[in-house]
Amino acid sequence: MNLTPDLQKLKDEIEGYARECGLDFFPVVFEVLDWKELNEVASYGGFPNRYPHWRFGMEYEQLSKSYAWGLSKIYEMVINNDPCYAYLLYANGIVDQKLVMAHVYAHCDFFKNNIYFAHTNRKMMDEMGNHRTKITGYVNRYGQDVVEDFIDACLSIDSLIDHHAAAIRRTRVRGDEPSVEEIKIVQRLKGGRPYLDKYLNPDDFLEEQAKKLEEERKRERNFPESPERDVMGFLIAHAQLEKWQRDILSILREESYYFIPQAQTKIMNEGWAVFFHSLIMTRRALKDSELIDYADHHSGTVSPYPGRLNPYKLGVELFKNIEERWDKGRFGKEYDECENMVEKARWDKNLGLGRKKIFEVRKLYNDITFIDEFLTPEFCRDQKLFTFAYNQSSDMYEIASREFQKIKQQLLFQLTNFGYPIISVVDGNYKNRGELLLKHYHEGVDLKEDYAKETLTSLCKVWGRPANIETIVEGVPKILSFDGEEHKELRP
Amino acid sequence: MAQKIEQDIGRFREIIRGRIKKELRKFITSSEMIGKKGKELVSIPIPRIDIPRFVYGDKQQGGVGQGEGEEGSPLARGEGEEGGSQQAGNMPGQHLLEVEISFDELAEILGEELELPKIEPKGQEEIVAKKTKYTSVGLSGPESLKHFKRTYRQALRRQIMSGAYDPKNPLIVPIREDRRYRMWKDEPKPEAKAVIIYMMDVSGSMGNEQKEIVRLEAFWIDTWLKSQYKNVDTRFIIHDAVAREVDRETFFHTRESGGTIISSAYKLALKLIEDKYNPAMWNIYPFHFSDGDNWSGNDTDECIKLLKEDLIPASNVFCYGQVESEYGSGQFMKDLEENFKEEEKVITSKIANKDAIVGSIKDFLGKGK
Repeated sequence: MNLTPDLQKLKDEIEGYARECGLDFFPVVFEVLDWKELNEVASYGGFPNRYPHWRFGMEYEQLSKSYAWGLSKIYEMVINNDPCYAYLLYANGIVDQKLVMAHVYAHCDFFKNNIYFAHTNRKMMDEMGNHRTKITGYVNRYGQDVVEDFIDACLSIDSLIDHHAAAIRRTRVRGDEPSVEEIKIVQRLKGGRPYLDKYLNPDDFLEEQAKKLEEERKRERNFPESPERDVMGFLIAHAQLEKWQRDILSILREESYYFIPQAQTKIMNEGWAVFFHSLIMTRRALKDSELIDYADHHSGTVSPYPGRLNPYKLGVELFKNIEERWDKGRFGKEYDECENMVEKARWDKNLGLGRKKIFEVRKLYNDITFIDEFLTPEFCRDQKLFTFAYNQSSDMYEIASREFQKIKQQLLFQLTNFGYPIISVVDGNYKNRGELLLKHYHEGVDLKEDYAKETLTSLCKVWGRPANIETIVEGVPKILSFDGEEHKELRP
Repeated sequence: MAQKIEQDIGRFREIIRGRIKKELRKFITSSEMIGKKGKELVSIPIPRIDIPRFVYGDKQQGGVGQGEGEEGSPLARGEGEEGGSQQAGNMPGQHLLEVEISFDELAEILGEELELPKIEPKGQEEIVAKKTKYTSVGLSGPESLKHFKRTYRQALRRQIMSGAYDPKNPLIVPIREDRRYRMWKDEPKPEAKAVIIYMMDVSGSMGNEQKEIVRLEAFWIDTWLKSQYKNVDTRFIIHDAVAREVDRETFFHTRESGGTIISSAYKLALKLIEDKYNPAMWNIYPFHFSDGDNWSGNDTDECIKLLKEDLIPASNVFCYGQVESEYGSGQFMKDLEENFKEEEKVITSKIANKDAIVGSIKDFLGKGK
């Protein structure tokens, strides 16, 4: 449904305020949906036009049950696309609609300007439709069960992509191997005269050359040449697949890459949106009579979950903190080295650089660099952050520490690779039998073993040959292996 | 906008119920949301299927939180785990809240898989209920059933087609041909009468665990059938060396001991049938649970004879469930299977432990029997 005249008027008003604040966005198309439609679109990850798959039904069941029992409600949804699509819930009150619109404009600004979104497909709405058409075609041709089974297998490995690949264009020759191998031998320098040879080509020089050649050969034998994080890409290029399977794998990989920046900037993106919706609402859009409703909903958004981190809260507080620091000049060598706490607490150089700084931050950072650079001990203390850990003896999670370094380290660890283990393909011809070998770079936390085994099953299905992963289980290096029939554990 | 989520939901439900893609079943996690119904807390089951990925193991991880508390003070349960305040964790059994199971959901799922086998409409007392359903729209009918919306739409359609419609003066006048009426259909609903006779061996060789299993199984069968069939009578017989009829309460709570003469129970069941449940009028379902240890071979012969000549001909199906026990030889089930190899009406099922109960219920009541 299109906007009603009232909402249209609101939209124009809020859009004006958003521009006033300096936000810069794609055109925004608002659609008004009832809760069923909204839940449906939300189940599809915001795109009404996704390919058929049971997991969307699963999401829908959860969302609609949760809504029907009054446990949760989706306020807002916005798609990174040009134009941006955003959805409003029909039943929401005027205050909510205003708040959501302001929130949406900030998100759109973020999509458009943050550097990590620069490579995303801005016509994803259309692209998703194409994906649907293709997959539906395959379903009709090869049967739903077959296609769905393959999609399930691909989904199981869709976290195995190179999260930086979107921003770095890496070229790789697609499966092209030189057909005729040139056998290289150590080249001697030619002097023309035999008696010069032992001066031109002394033994250690020849040895060095031989070594270099050996290394070169070894590198060529490695396949892939260096460990490859983009496992999905590697499979597309080298797995034994039917054409339609390769196509589906590519589709899912593309969708995975499309959603990455959103996961990469969750804290910043939400913080940014909250920052500006509160700015627009409190300075401009809010009428006196709407204050209570606004305060209620705003506080709901940023309330810390008991014992957990709320990205909205953390994000907006950090942005506010940055703005304040740059307004007052609380940065740089002089401030950092000041040891007089009273002076530090009163520090204010009236620089007024805050707004400019946060716009710069929203352009150039992602969650990891954002936390790494702007999380300060003062901030952690004020926000009462802590780390928690599982205590085996009491079977409880306990507060482990309130030390700044530990909190920061834990946060960064959680954000690294979106909380997924780091895994690469190291060998596509393992044991010289065409088996696949992945390597898990162990960072102190083991893989969940039963899941790892099942994922190997999926990998084996896609690769077409046995799949292995090198990892560490309870301190012991192991290779988990699945050969199509049984799971094995080997010592490397 | 494309409305096609129903397909995906249908697909998902079928997977959950194990109709298709059975290999996914092991990834089903039963999480729940806690909702409120009046003052009572209810659990809203949310089955989910976890797609396996390479992920970190659960407990070694830890995280960052926000709030009050000293170092070392525990977080409340559920905190620090996956999910948020709106979404419960995905590991079963981590909530301290007392919750109910949604019986509707359970019955719905059971109902798709279970039914009374071979149930037939029987007896003169059979009630044929009529149910009136408005199923379609027709061209004639009483004015009170006029379908205004359809009539109006028809008129609008006609006027647009004939060019009589003027958007500036949108006056719609239905004429006689435009009128649409609701039509109904009577659907006869034959109702069958059925009696279920539960028999349980409570002799000494049945340990507490075995009795527990039987009680559980009988309880679920009983609860489910009661919810599904209106005219179901249930009778309960317990036996050791002698049989007696008891009420439901006693059946589920008796602890006795003694020898085992199975024929005593069958005789009593036959007497019940003779007295009250004429096989011409009733669907009869005897369920017998035992550990398969009978007092003597002679009695087993007698049982077989009773079954062959009287009980089975009178019944729709005879169900025998055998619980495994340390003491029981399990001979009776073998005897039954030997004697009734060809008899479709005899269903036997072995119940090894509590986990086997569901499978055993399906053996008895599963569709396609």
